[in-house]
Amino acid sequence: MSKQIIVPFGPQHPVLPEPIHLDLVLEDERVVEAIPSIGYVHRGLEKLVEKRDYKDYVFISERICGICSFIHGATYCQAVEQVMGLEIPRRAEFLRAIWSEYSRMHSHLLWLGCFADAMGYENLFMNCWKVREKILDVLERTTGGRVIQGVNRVGGVSRDMDAAEFRRIETEIPGLRADYTELTRIFDEDLTVQTRTKGVGMLSKDMAWELGAVGPVIRGSGHAVDARMTGYGAYDELDFKPVVRTEGDCHARCLVRAGELFTSLDLIENAIDRIPKGDILIPVKGNPSGEYYAQTEQPRGEVIHYVKANGKKNLVRHRVRTPTLANVPPLVHMLAGCELADVPVIVLTIDPCIGCMER
Amino acid sequence: MSYLQKSPWIIHYDASSCNGCDIEVLACLTPLYDVERFGILNTGNPKHADIFVITGGVNEINREVVKNIYEQMPHPKVVVAVGICACSGGVFKECYNISGGVATVIPVDVYVPGCAARPESIIDGIVQALKILEQKRIALKTTVEGTA
Repeated sequence: MSKQIIVPFGPQHPVLPEPIHLDLVLEDERVVEAIPSIGYVHRGLEKLVEKRDYKDYVFISERICGICSFIHGATYCQAVEQVMGLEIPRRAEFLRAIWSEYSRMHSHLLWLGCFADAMGYENLFMNCWKVREKILDVLERTTGGRVIQGVNRVGGVSRDMDAAEFRRIETEIPGLRADYTELTRIFDEDLTVQTRTKGVGMLSKDMAWELGAVGPVIRGSGHAVDARMTGYGAYDELDFKPVVRTEGDCHARCLVRAGELFTSLDLIENAIDRIPKGDILIPVKGNPSGEYYAQTEQPRGEVIHYVKANGKKNLVRHRVRTPTLANVPPLVHMLAGCELADVPVIVLTIDPCIGCMER
Repeated sequence: MSYLQKSPWIIHYDASSCNGCDIEVLACLTPLYDVERFGILNTGNPKHADIFVITGGVNEINREVVKNIYEQMPHPKVVVAVGICACSGGVFKECYNISGGVATVIPVDVYVPGCAARPESIIDGIVQALKILEQKRIALKTTVEGTA
């Protein structure tokens, strides 16, 4: 065998929307080992919790990442509400679930587009992002923000949706479902996509479990692991079934995400049918004391927000365990033995969100 | 109007941003806004680029990367700081790792505030950058011809 060479990949690289650095140890065209090094997006925002009021910090926790922003904000609020023993209005929980599912769809469409782009399939990239704009329109109409919504508060949400808005959403859903069907058909059946993804980046069922993968990565390897199954927030009243594939390759992970687009639409319809009337925000007095961790499902997998408070207006500690960090060991495992040209596709199948991972 | 103004190529780098502005920069290229029809192309190679679109508050490890990309770009070049973090540090200004805006590392020509900056304002920022690019091109031309 020829001698080993190291090819640096990133931090600034055309296929990477975000900076991450990988040292790829190559033997000819085959990757022997991938050594990640991170830190390009580290801002140290967990430390800011000591300087900001715990209520204001909601907005910073939303800015952990611009793609999964809504769910980060909601999870932080959930954790603080648990510490304070607050029972938030049921309607607020349903609204959070609806917006969470919208952010999941926008994130998955974004990812499907970037994934198509990594394969060099620019037409499909454009089509995914075209559909994504429809989701962003709904988010902007109902919350005021396209990517950073800013509607979460400790004690509920700050904006409500009226009956007319719900009817409008319901009339839009069949159109979205038709768009998703067409996109899924391409990702499932197109020869280009199949050649690039089938049997590439294998992650076996046992390895996925052992390496602690989360989200679509572990669901693409045959485990039904989804934090929404725990029934947090309004999810205990919604009919949720996780999407699971057993192949464990890039194609499976891609189709798990495509399948989740439909699940999200079902959940939104469900939530609109069952949403109760009432308040959306309760007044919050006093400061939290104690600790708690809240666990929710993000587009990329399970996220944990841990908060610790000692009765002052600033929290003592805020710690986030993000899905991308959990998915880096499986990624390193998948990269070993692949071809150099497949690296962008495999890196993208874990849906890396460096902003979340490094905070 | 010169060839540069008709078809500027941009390079985009995420210097410790939360991704919000980055996906809006990408959204400019996709069907709803589609700036490529005006000849604006997103390139990954700094040596092909005329406009440096940069997001985020620039953390310590990114300083060198940002400087490196900027220095590799050919003259004339303009820098557009997209998002409030790139302008001043934004909500992350007090973070221990953030230098507080792109201007602390490289000279910035156009500031596009917003959290996240909307695609419309990003496009507006690029259009303003084009005028500066043209001025810089004329200035460069006179210096080069003046010395020759």
